[in-house]
Amino acid sequence: MTSQDPPILSLRNIYKSYGPIEVLHGIDLDVRPGEVVALLGENGAGKSTLSKIISGTVRPSSGEMTWQGAPYAPATPREAIDAGVGMIHQELMLLPHLTIAENVFVGRYPKKNGKVDRRAMEEKAYSGLQRLGLDVAASRVVEGLSTANQQLIEIAKALTLNAKLLILDEPTAALGGEETRKLFEQIARLKAEGVGIIYISHRLEEIRQIADRVVVMRDGAKVKEFDTADVPVRTIVEAMVGRNLERMFPALPTPEDDTVLEVKNLSCPKGRFSDVNFKVRRGEIFGIAGLVGAGRTELVRAIVGADPIASGQVLLDDEDITPKTPRDAIRRGIVLVPEDRKLQGLVLEHSIAENIGYANLNKVSKGGLITARRVQDFADANIAKFGVKGAGRQNAGELSGGNQQKVVIAKWLARDPKVVVLDEPTRGIDVGARSSIYDIIVGLAQNGVAVIVVSSDLEEVLGVSNRIMVMAAGRQAGILDHKDANDVSVMELATA
Amino acid sequence: MTQATTLKKPRISEMFSLSGATGPLIGLIVLCVFLSLSTESFLTVRNLLNILDQITVLGIMAVGMTFVILIGGIDLAVGSVLALAMMVMGYLANQVGYPLEIAIVVALLAAAASGAVSGLLITLFNVPAFISTLAMMSIARGLANMVTDGQQIVGFPAWFSMLAFTRHAGFLTFTVAVMLVVFVLGWLFLRYTSGGRSLYAIGGNPEVARLAGIHVGLMTVGVYITSALLAGLAGIVLAMRLDSVQPTAGFTYELDTIAAVVIGGTSLSGGQGGIIGTIIGVLIIGVLRNGLNLLGVSPFTQAVVIGIVIALAVAAEAFKKR
Repeated sequence: MTSQDPPILSLRNIYKSYGPIEVLHGIDLDVRPGEVVALLGENGAGKSTLSKIISGTVRPSSGEMTWQGAPYAPATPREAIDAGVGMIHQELMLLPHLTIAENVFVGRYPKKNGKVDRRAMEEKAYSGLQRLGLDVAASRVVEGLSTANQQLIEIAKALTLNAKLLILDEPTAALGGEETRKLFEQIARLKAEGVGIIYISHRLEEIRQIADRVVVMRDGAKVKEFDTADVPVRTIVEAMVGRNLERMFPALPTPEDDTVLEVKNLSCPKGRFSDVNFKVRRGEIFGIAGLVGAGRTELVRAIVGADPIASGQVLLDDEDITPKTPRDAIRRGIVLVPEDRKLQGLVLEHSIAENIGYANLNKVSKGGLITARRVQDFADANIAKFGVKGAGRQNAGELSGGNQQKVVIAKWLARDPKVVVLDEPTRGIDVGARSSIYDIIVGLAQNGVAVIVVSSDLEEVLGVSNRIMVMAAGRQAGILDHKDANDVSVMELATA
Repeated sequence: MTQATTLKKPRISEMFSLSGATGPLIGLIVLCVFLSLSTESFLTVRNLLNILDQITVLGIMAVGMTFVILIGGIDLAVGSVLALAMMVMGYLANQVGYPLEIAIVVALLAAAASGAVSGLLITLFNVPAFISTLAMMSIARGLANMVTDGQQIVGFPAWFSMLAFTRHAGFLTFTVAVMLVVFVLGWLFLRYTSGGRSLYAIGGNPEVARLAGIHVGLMTVGVYITSALLAGLAGIVLAMRLDSVQPTAGFTYELDTIAAVVIGGTSLSGGQGGIIGTIIGVLIIGVLRNGLNLLGVSPFTQAVVIGIVIALAVAAEAFKKR
């Protein structure tokens, strides 16, 4: 059902460049009143930039926007909000120490006699929350609320704006089934009121439920537009990645017999995991699967000394080396490629060469001295080995996710580690770059490294692991051999 | 696998890389040209040597402050620690009767100890650097006053104060030489040692540094000890220049020091900057003070001008980044 009303928002030929890098290449987009346009694409496709342009946070380099028939060029988010454009950001933008009501009305507090009318504010906020099925006092501070509830507050905030256009960036990422259903009811209500909605999500099933049209972006360009949401998921995904979908996993390595790493009765002081036991052999890829919150990240961080251990042992070549700091573990040859590249793996404002150097300061120094040249040469040699597309002098922040991840891996491999732990190695990396990460992982094992891969992506753990340990609620639910593991057997254990 | 593009160029220029300090350098040059044209006495050997003498205290402290700011910290205690070191030295030498050399060593140890306390508060108890050094600023100032109950001590051996005045080889006083040595050591440390490179990593992102096996806590304490030690050394140098010590010395020097480092392009959020920039920052403040004096600008107006320069320097840098 495509509404034939004139669009409330039209974009024509929108370009955006950061310095020499063009991130949006001439986008056209129309949104009509009362329709939900789904905006899809992989990470880095330009969806967020585009929505920031519409909501006034980022200004386009060129191109025109029309809002209700008049030229529209918001210079600030305030102008966009005043025009009637509401945006719900992917990252939560709540002020934790303020109350729910204050958060909902931040910057536009209802006033009476020149004073903030707290009562009216709390009543209005509360009714907004109730529409979403959230029954908490609006006078409560935000801190301590669950992520899902915080997300609902963000949505309530946008609903009270009386916006004519709403942009929802991954609104259901943190929501459960019931909360999602309530949100969809609200979206349906807004549609009936003639509000136009741009809906960004990775959950393609949702799109079929609520979208009227689908726009697919890739690499900063609009690649496909469907006038109905009734499109096979596969067709949409193929448009997103730009090729067909067969994911290629390299052939699995053959582990040797000797055990490199053994974890005995390991428990976490905060109870995130307890009594975990497993062995990893030389040349083996050991997968760890489980639902979010099962304790996988906490477990591997403890093994590499990044988080404290309450009891239990970590043995390397039969020697108890239970690490207290990352430094201990690194010295023994146990290294971590962390879950969050940007916060834990790289200093984004520093060059690739410096980033690689930080993990290898003893290797690049001679008699305690380091020269920029030696750091550079060391980095160049290592980035060439892993096919990083970039030069050592470039800032890490300028690289794509896949190349950043390769730099994080490269910085460790220069030390010839015995155990490499990769936590979510391909999160946020596009499909094309993933297979080269898999090649690196298998290559490591072939060189005799014991590899541990933690992943929430079931297909990935199944595809690259010799054995898979499944965790559920901090317990070790079972270890499956590659040949016995499939999505059903893993999910059974994970939800057991 | 694709071949990575490698850029190889001789990098002698990079060795002295200004890393963000090109703006301040241009500012310094413009300032010098302006003062050379508008005053007769600015561009004389005698005046330039004077400037060097005048910036010794600031220059020595600014090196320590550069380390602190590079790791994303701040040290508000340096002015007070300077006074504490002065008073400890003066008391031990003139009232207890120790040899001056011993008094100096003890004074430096006292300074280092106060830095260790700030550093340990930050690393062991997670007290923000701003607060722990603010506390130390008050404690060290109080202790400095307690040493002589607020009295100044005057009159040291002649050789001591001559260190600030005798020009060796026609230009170099001992105090200026100390500053130059501190500059060179600081520059070598930051640029060519793994410890120095670690500071950039810590300032860039402490979690990344920790996971990379860098001893973040130890380095942090070391940096605050170094900053305090250099503040103590600056106190000794100031005592040479004044031939006296008083507990009110170094009042608000921490602000001048922070200003010099920030003007020199070191980022207050950490991870970016360096000694060359700081030297330029120190020179800008020194030349500006000297030049405004030569032009006969009143001290009150000078304060306004220096404030404007700080704001302009940092705003220009931030603007360039956009």
